[in-house]
Amino acid sequence: MLRDITLGQYYQTDSVIHRLDPRVKLAATVLFIISLFVFDGIAGYVVAAVFLAIVIRLSRVPFRFMVKGMKAIIFLLLITVLFNLFLTPGEPLVSLWRLTITREGVRLAVFLAIRLCFLIIGSSVMTLTTTPNQLTDGMERLLRPLRRIRVPVHEVAMMMSIALRFIPILMEETDKIMKAQMARCADFESGNVIKKAKSLVPLLVPLFISAFRRANDLAMAMEARCYRGGDNRTKMKPLHYARRDYIAYAFVIGYLAAGIAAGRLLAVFL
Amino acid sequence: MPIILDKVNHVYGADTAMAVHALKDVSLVIPDGQFIGLIGHTGSGKSTLVQHLNGLMRATSGNIYFNGEDIDAGDFDKRKLRSKVGLVFQYPEHQLFETDVFTDVCFGPKNLGLDKKEVQLRAYEALKLVGLEDDYFYQSPFDLSGGQKRRVAIAGVLAMKPEVLILDEPTAGLDPRGRDEILGQIARLKQETGITVILVSHSMDDVAKYVDRIIVMNQGSVLFDDVPRAVFGHYAELEQIGLAAPQVTYIMKELRDNGYDVSDDVTTIDEAKEALLRYLRGKGRKR
Amino acid sequence: MGIIKVKDLIFEYIRRDEEGNVEGITKAVDDVSLDIKQGDFVSILGHNGSGKSTLAKHLNAILYPTEGTVWVDGKDTKEDAHLWEIRQTAGMVFQNPDNQIIGQVVEEDVGFGPENIGIPTDEIWERVEESLKAVGMYSFRKFSPNKLSGGQKQRVSIAGVIAMHPKCIVLDEPTAMLDPKGRKEVIRAVRALNDVEKITIILITHYMEEVIYSDRVYVMDKGQVMLQGTPREVFSQVERLKELRLDVPQVTLLAHELRQEGVALPEGILTKEEFREAFDRCVRERQETNC
Repeated sequence: MLRDITLGQYYQTDSVIHRLDPRVKLAATVLFIISLFVFDGIAGYVVAAVFLAIVIRLSRVPFRFMVKGMKAIIFLLLITVLFNLFLTPGEPLVSLWRLTITREGVRLAVFLAIRLCFLIIGSSVMTLTTTPNQLTDGMERLLRPLRRIRVPVHEVAMMMSIALRFIPILMEETDKIMKAQMARCADFESGNVIKKAKSLVPLLVPLFISAFRRANDLAMAMEARCYRGGDNRTKMKPLHYARRDYIAYAFVIGYLAAGIAAGRLLAVFL
Repeated sequence: MPIILDKVNHVYGADTAMAVHALKDVSLVIPDGQFIGLIGHTGSGKSTLVQHLNGLMRATSGNIYFNGEDIDAGDFDKRKLRSKVGLVFQYPEHQLFETDVFTDVCFGPKNLGLDKKEVQLRAYEALKLVGLEDDYFYQSPFDLSGGQKRRVAIAGVLAMKPEVLILDEPTAGLDPRGRDEILGQIARLKQETGITVILVSHSMDDVAKYVDRIIVMNQGSVLFDDVPRAVFGHYAELEQIGLAAPQVTYIMKELRDNGYDVSDDVTTIDEAKEALLRYLRGKGRKR
Repeated sequence: MGIIKVKDLIFEYIRRDEEGNVEGITKAVDDVSLDIKQGDFVSILGHNGSGKSTLAKHLNAILYPTEGTVWVDGKDTKEDAHLWEIRQTAGMVFQNPDNQIIGQVVEEDVGFGPENIGIPTDEIWERVEESLKAVGMYSFRKFSPNKLSGGQKQRVSIAGVIAMHPKCIVLDEPTAMLDPKGRKEVIRAVRALNDVEKITIILITHYMEEVIYSDRVYVMDKGQVMLQGTPREVFSQVERLKELRLDVPQVTLLAHELRQEGVALPEGILTKEEFREAFDRCVRERQETNC
């Protein structure tokens, strides 16, 4: 159920991708996402698919594990695809009752589906191979220049890291409270929207109380361990670029070039 | 109303690489009016088992019959089952959400669709059953002490008038007096209403004192199912799976191993006291 | 002066009703004095709400005295300049295993404290390794805390504290949420730290079996220390402990009940071997008088 959401969960294993500097992975993910919207045509997507396949292979994370993460958003994906399929004006292909599927609609829907799937898989490769701590470390380092304009980079990074640590715990807690209320014959499923929203009160109130209690405990535990913000802190795992990181950057740039070139080439030949 | 489990299996994540066989061919009969202790270490399957009894979890294979009816049959009313088989989770005070104690206890019976008067009557009775004084009824549940909160949460389940009451570690985190109070309350409740009680516990001392049947779970299977005396006779096997007999059993064993002719199938302080006094009043001689 | 000295400590907090008006003042700790020697294993017993956790939070400068003084390694906790030294000297482990682990990987969590106090990277790694080994969790260093049992999580928390090289560890009901196996693991780890590393231990609990190995036991009620002494001295007072919402180990209780029936067993028996020896003596005496 709720625990099946793999997005944001670290998958423990040893691989080249796992060992990469988180800054590389962050930058690569951002570039990959941008590339998905820059590439506009089948050729670009083929290159993206090859790139993704290589990275997944290198990461040693079972593909099944990633697909499982998709289940959570399959609904969102379907809705977006359907909207595009039916609501894009253009040359009609099939007409069903009042809805018309157009050639442009099909094209758009397919592309969108590919983009979304790649986007999710791409970003989950990052979260699956990078511990949230590394991720926030990477982000903190990449965004460090922003501290000059008084952006609390360390604090935000710490908050994100904690949020990620507590997501699985709160998921489990949600599951537990839900079951406890179901044991008291609570009904979370039937009724109209208002009734459904109301039925969530017995779930949300205990959940918020629990989250606050945990936040309070955690703040105390952190203080007891001498936490006092980002100044004068040393790092257990400081970030240093290694040779493989430069190679990875080169590989990503190569990918971008290949994608763009493939698009151009295809356009020339057609 | 008896509950019968026939070769119940439960597998978590059945179609994944991480499948866990949490229940393996569990067959049990739970007749009316018993006081049962369900023991086993963390991960032995006892929590999974109790969630099957009120239909919160569905068996991967096998059948569960409540009063002769298959609870997984399409036309079976799960909500009614949950009102008849009341399940109190671990740390149940974490499920409280209303602004006052009384309204919170009303939640269960209200969900059953009873009329207002009946709902209030049941809530009142339930709060009386757990021994909470009237003064607390209109206080916020969050202002009560840990032990009181827990009683309110138990009342929340009792208000549905279950015929079987399952409590998952009802004494976790309470101090010794709070623990004795809750268990004493449950024992009294059992006596007054005659309902079936299933007590999930880690504490052998507690279980030995109250229950008349113990079910020991290990790795998803039922390892022992007998009266406490017989189950604790297997203390060596219990230790192997991370459990133990009550401390008094070991005291008697220590005496017996050193030549005293006393029985070691003793599970409570009172029994041990009687046995030792009998021994001293008798010949008082080493074997 | 010992590693921890508490003199005439009073801690009050103001209760407010829903509108924020003052309802009254509660004295959570009421005139407590303690002096704990370096290397001792001290237990503090008390029912829920007896003030024992509030007292514990003073030893790590999470709370400050309303009246009286707390010194940790000779430093007054009220002086801000000493705050971080004090928190480093007196480490703290809390009740809920989930709510005190910050790292997403075991080793990163253990490194959190040393990072905060500015230890160089290489030394952090050394400290993490030695701390995890001290609690027997080294082989789990790459694990996610979510995959560990309660007892294992608490041992990681203890390692996180040891990595800061404290002289003293305060454990605030570290076993309350654990199963018997987890409880044993944690207590075993704590006792080893006391025996081997000579770290002062202050264990707060309401499980009676856990305190029988301590050098000294304090029993709290209503914010005050009601009983103190060696475990044997404290457990000799069965009725008094019951009044304080506590109990005694089964073996102690059995001896006590037999004693009330006129059997000449001493009070304060703590183990089954002691019980058997006392019972031997008692039987021998009976036979002699009968003859």
